[in-house]
Amino acid sequence: MNSGVFASTGADLELRGIQKRFPGFTAIEHLDLKIPAGSFFALLGPSGCGKTTTLRLVAGLEEPTSGRILIGGTDVTNQKSFQRPVNTVFQSYALFPHMTVLENVAFGLRRRRIGDPVAKAHEALRLVELDHLASRRPQQLSGGQQQRVALARAIVNRPALLLLDEPLGALDLKLRRQMQLELKTIQEEVGLTFLHVTHDQEEAMTMADTVAVMNKGRIEQMGAPEELYELPRTAFVANFLGQSNLFTGPVVGSTSEAISVDVAGQKVVVPTARAHRHTGEVTIGVRPEKLSLHLTEPVDDVARNVMGPGRVLDVSFSGVSTQYIVEVPGIGNLIVFAQNVAFGPVTHEGSEVWMSWNIEHGFGLEDDASAEPRFEADDTTRSIATQKRSSLLTELEGA
Amino acid sequence: MAFAAFSAGTTAPEAAPRRKSPIALLLLLPGILYLVLFFLAPLVSLLLTSFQAPSGFGDVGQYGYAFRWENYVEVIAAYWPHIMRSFGYALIATILALVFSYPLAYFIGVKARNWPLLQSLLLVLVIAPFFISFLLRTLAWKQLLSDESFVITSLKALSLLAPDAHFTGTPFAVIFGLTYNFIPFMTLPLYTTLERLDLRFLEAGSDLYAHPFDVFRKITIPLSMPGIVAGTLLTFIPAAGDYINASRDFLGGPDTQMIGNVIEANFLVLQNYPAAAALSIILMSVILVIVSVYVKRAGTEELL
Repeated sequence: MNSGVFASTGADLELRGIQKRFPGFTAIEHLDLKIPAGSFFALLGPSGCGKTTTLRLVAGLEEPTSGRILIGGTDVTNQKSFQRPVNTVFQSYALFPHMTVLENVAFGLRRRRIGDPVAKAHEALRLVELDHLASRRPQQLSGGQQQRVALARAIVNRPALLLLDEPLGALDLKLRRQMQLELKTIQEEVGLTFLHVTHDQEEAMTMADTVAVMNKGRIEQMGAPEELYELPRTAFVANFLGQSNLFTGPVVGSTSEAISVDVAGQKVVVPTARAHRHTGEVTIGVRPEKLSLHLTEPVDDVARNVMGPGRVLDVSFSGVSTQYIVEVPGIGNLIVFAQNVAFGPVTHEGSEVWMSWNIEHGFGLEDDASAEPRFEADDTTRSIATQKRSSLLTELEGA
Repeated sequence: MAFAAFSAGTTAPEAAPRRKSPIALLLLLPGILYLVLFFLAPLVSLLLTSFQAPSGFGDVGQYGYAFRWENYVEVIAAYWPHIMRSFGYALIATILALVFSYPLAYFIGVKARNWPLLQSLLLVLVIAPFFISFLLRTLAWKQLLSDESFVITSLKALSLLAPDAHFTGTPFAVIFGLTYNFIPFMTLPLYTTLERLDLRFLEAGSDLYAHPFDVFRKITIPLSMPGIVAGTLLTFIPAAGDYINASRDFLGGPDTQMIGNVIEANFLVLQNYPAAAALSIILMSVILVIVSVYVKRAGTEELL
């Protein structure tokens, strides 16, 4: 890039057929991605899914095994990190301890010989409201302040693309929420393209225009946050982004409007347009907050799916809502989130209940139902044991 | 904006509270006693000796207590070339040791991080010379670099060296010896700092448009400054007072005598104790001044 010149606006980023292999494992299987200029894009995924590797590839800190990286239409695959019009806010902030806050912020400007670096650094520090601490050393600042200095140090360079590597991870919840809003505001103010990597689904959904959910080195689904939440395509997305009740069963009837699925003897209807598979064994789901709880068997309604009877296993009150876990024989445990419009829970453990939901709220997954019929929450004892077992088995096979 | 709420009232971390405890003083006592007995007392004795005057009958080695400050003027007048030479040689040797050690320490501490076995092996190789006495090693070099040695005769045969050239007894040989002998003292502190160098700072520098050379100059060097300061001090101070390498019995010659050799000669041969003591005090003071200025300029006061 030309030294002494700022990027005028954000640029788009395009990844073409990116693959990254490290000795012993593949971090990124095959990645095609296009991020439009000026957008706030979030890469969301569990740890080890390849999202940080993707970011490092874009920053030029790693080289892809194959594939091309284009920024603003220019192929930068062979450029070194210092040549790319990209800046990163690192997870560890990586503020230089031997320089003052001001010198940290002016560092990039000085390297590119941009005129009046000190004034521009002060301006960037004012944007994050830390100008009064310009002469301090980074170690003398709190975590939140350091995070903002790291942000100022990156945006002062007006990069065509700003990379954020879980920059809010080390902050406490309240500060994190606040920084999320600030980041969003700054992004709109400066009009740069932001690529944000995070494992916090709430953070991704509140901040980004577009979210890509990554799993095992590939993108599972990409779209606007509402779209991903309301119409997840895979069991992984359905459970990583919020929680879902998933059922499997064969399709027993289908019209152009809707398909009916036999779930352990109970008929569940899903709109055809919201289902990815229309024949054979399918996985369908519904979000827990879409379910209504009934203490008596509800009357038949063509617009609603009914499931039950089931037994309430657990009731946990969380202020705004109450979470019920209901065991339905032959199907398993269902989660219901009910708003606390009355005072306290409407029922108690052990009682018999029915659940219903508007058929418009159901969704059908793309996954092969037999391959992954249910996605277990990964924090239960049983699933941890299963994961350990499968990892040990693969290890033994490899040996 | 709401940022102000977080930045207001933030102060620098406060120093740990200081308490005076009798136990702490008691624990310090052995150390203080040791220092008084074996450091302070000899220092005072040395200072007093440096002002002594010859006793009346002019016997060699007989001196009485006086305040003969002329001792200092006399030794400076007589030995200023040796003093200058000492600091000159020590400075060159320190710079050479730094130039040789930095890449070595960087390789062991940074590049070899993923191979702990290689790291340990290289460190052992750096320390290995210590298993043989300093004197023996220097003597061995004298043999290796003498006029009849294979190295020198080969160089002469290849016309890389003039037929009448010598190596031992020249300033080159002394500086070579000093550099060789003090390199581990430079490498080890450099290694300890570079081993802890956080490579994410280097990545951040590169991300902020710094060319690899600028990353090295602006980030790696300043971050390894504590190691550089420690290593240069550990090399410069003993090298300035060294009297083995420059000695005629080892790598030196008549024209390469350093202040250490002069002090040795005055104490042991000439028995001019006041002159030797005055030279020792001068050596110490100059080192102290140089080191204070250096540490101050290097910005690592915490080392002093």
